[in-house]
Amino acid sequence: MGSVLEQLINGLGTGSIYALIALGYTMVYGIAKMINFAHGDIIMVGAYVLYVTVTQFKLPVIAAVAITVTFCAVLGITIEKIAYKPLRKAPSLAVLITAIGMSFLLQSLALLIFNANPIAFKSIIDVQTVKLGNTTVSGVTLVTLIVTMICMITLSLFISKTKAGSAMRAVSEDKAAAQLMGINVNRTISMTFAIGSALAAVAGILFVCQYQSIKPTLGALPGIKAFVAAVLGGIGSVPGAMIGGVLLGVIESISKAYISSELTDAIVFGVLVLVLLVKPSGLLGKNRIEKV
Amino acid sequence: MAMLTIKDLNVYYGVIQAIKGISFEVNEGEVIALIGANGAGKTTILHTITGLITPKAGSIDFEGNDLVKIPAHKIVSLGMAHVPEGRRIFAELTVLENLKMGAYTRSDKKEMENTLEMIYKRFPRLKERKNQIAGTLSGGEQQMLAMGRALMSHPRIILMDEPSMGLSPLFVSEIFDIIREISESGTTVLLVEQNAKKALSIADRAYVLETGNIVLSGDAKELMNDDSVKKAYLGE
Ligand SMILES: Nc1ncnc2c1ncn2[C@@H]1O[C@H](COP(=O)(O)OP(=O)(O)OP(=O)(O)O)[C@@H](O)[C@H]1O
Ligand SMILES: [Mg+2]
Repeated sequence: MGSVLEQLINGLGTGSIYALIALGYTMVYGIAKMINFAHGDIIMVGAYVLYVTVTQFKLPVIAAVAITVTFCAVLGITIEKIAYKPLRKAPSLAVLITAIGMSFLLQSLALLIFNANPIAFKSIIDVQTVKLGNTTVSGVTLVTLIVTMICMITLSLFISKTKAGSAMRAVSEDKAAAQLMGINVNRTISMTFAIGSALAAVAGILFVCQYQSIKPTLGALPGIKAFVAAVLGGIGSVPGAMIGGVLLGVIESISKAYISSELTDAIVFGVLVLVLLVKPSGLLGKNRIEKV
Repeated sequence: MAMLTIKDLNVYYGVIQAIKGISFEVNEGEVIALIGANGAGKTTILHTITGLITPKAGSIDFEGNDLVKIPAHKIVSLGMAHVPEGRRIFAELTVLENLKMGAYTRSDKKEMENTLEMIYKRFPRLKERKNQIAGTLSGGEQQMLAMGRALMSHPRIILMDEPSMGLSPLFVSEIFDIIREISESGTTVLLVEQNAKKALSIADRAYVLETGNIVLSGDAKELMNDDSVKKAYLGE
């Protein structure tokens, strides 16, 4: 077992992957007021696309990554267009069930194309382990931390500083008023799904480089963990998703190392329940009354 | 031909008919007041004009464009701005960000900066508070922000839905002064108001709405002296 610092860094690594995924849940919730339960499966699709582009098409890593991210972004837009958009005015239960159905559909498609056997996948991240005193950090973890950091900073700047980012915030607050400003609400929702899915693709790439195995249900666990992270941070809040994800990863890693790996999930959910008891809207969530 | 011509407009919410075959027009440069009691259908009319609601029947001609066929987000760039009921500012954005959203369809940055300066001159409070989160503004300041935001698009016509709602008498006078200024600077105004006295005092013409029908219309000064209007809307 490594040092506390090492556990902390590993926790940050997994946590930042959760954070990337959680961002998709929270942004989509903010703008479309729905939980996209198929979001976790985008991670899985990303992993398979990466596998195909790297091992079948033998593309260079950069190209494979670019194709994976683009593929997932387009998939996200398509799912919204065909499955969720027709249900904008439907009761939220109908939307929820559709999202769960979409999740099953993606998993079944992967099962059809690649079958259920896990595929071994060699990490595309070729970075040496770094040693600092008696703390070792794997190359994958290091790259994960750097990549997620870049993604989160870029996203934050995009949302807070650009015209499109302000439009996104305006649409999530008041769609009718946003339309009166000339903002195309459909296009803004598409963009949000694209960004969320692209981030999930990046998360998927980092995830398979860590675990080096791909199967159709691969997205389920990180998906649900990231959902917990988004709720923990306050669903709808972008910084909340980041903090929630990282926090979750660290708690997991520390409790795995020092308490018990069997109890880890119980501890994670325990923390969630505690936070929600004290602050029902999550760490950074707003106690805003939903407008209809 | 009038700038804005509404013909035989019928609007439903489900099976309930809110607007029952209304026709009216707004000429360029006019201030038109639309008055009527709660639930008469004033907001519904404005929402239908700017595309937030689709009418069951009727046409809305704005300078040759049939607005019924144009999606809501494409209407502001035709030169029509709408200050909605309840202000509907973006509470979590700053004052400046709200104003910039008003200029969303305008791509000329330089021109946007100039308009911003003009708005700040008209609403000095907004300049002082440009980096404040809009949700923390007072009601009157929020109304100014909503108007400033609409003016950022350089509208040729501006639709205002109860701009004086919930404001102190002092603020109400200020808001009406600003509406007069907006009109004098050449922008056509379609004003929905419950404060009929104030609205009629600055309007050229007015329409009186009752449960989805126009029951009275004409010169604003004449309507102010109309007995039925006096009794029903001016509290005399
Ligand atoms: N979303 C809606 N669904 C169903 N009915 C509605 C809806 N919005 C308005 N109505 C009904 O349509 C009628 C007209 O409402 P509208 O809001 O246009 O009135 P208004 O003249 O603006 O009233 P106020 O002065 O109170 O703002 C009312 O009877 C109202 O109850
Ligand atoms: Mg109204």
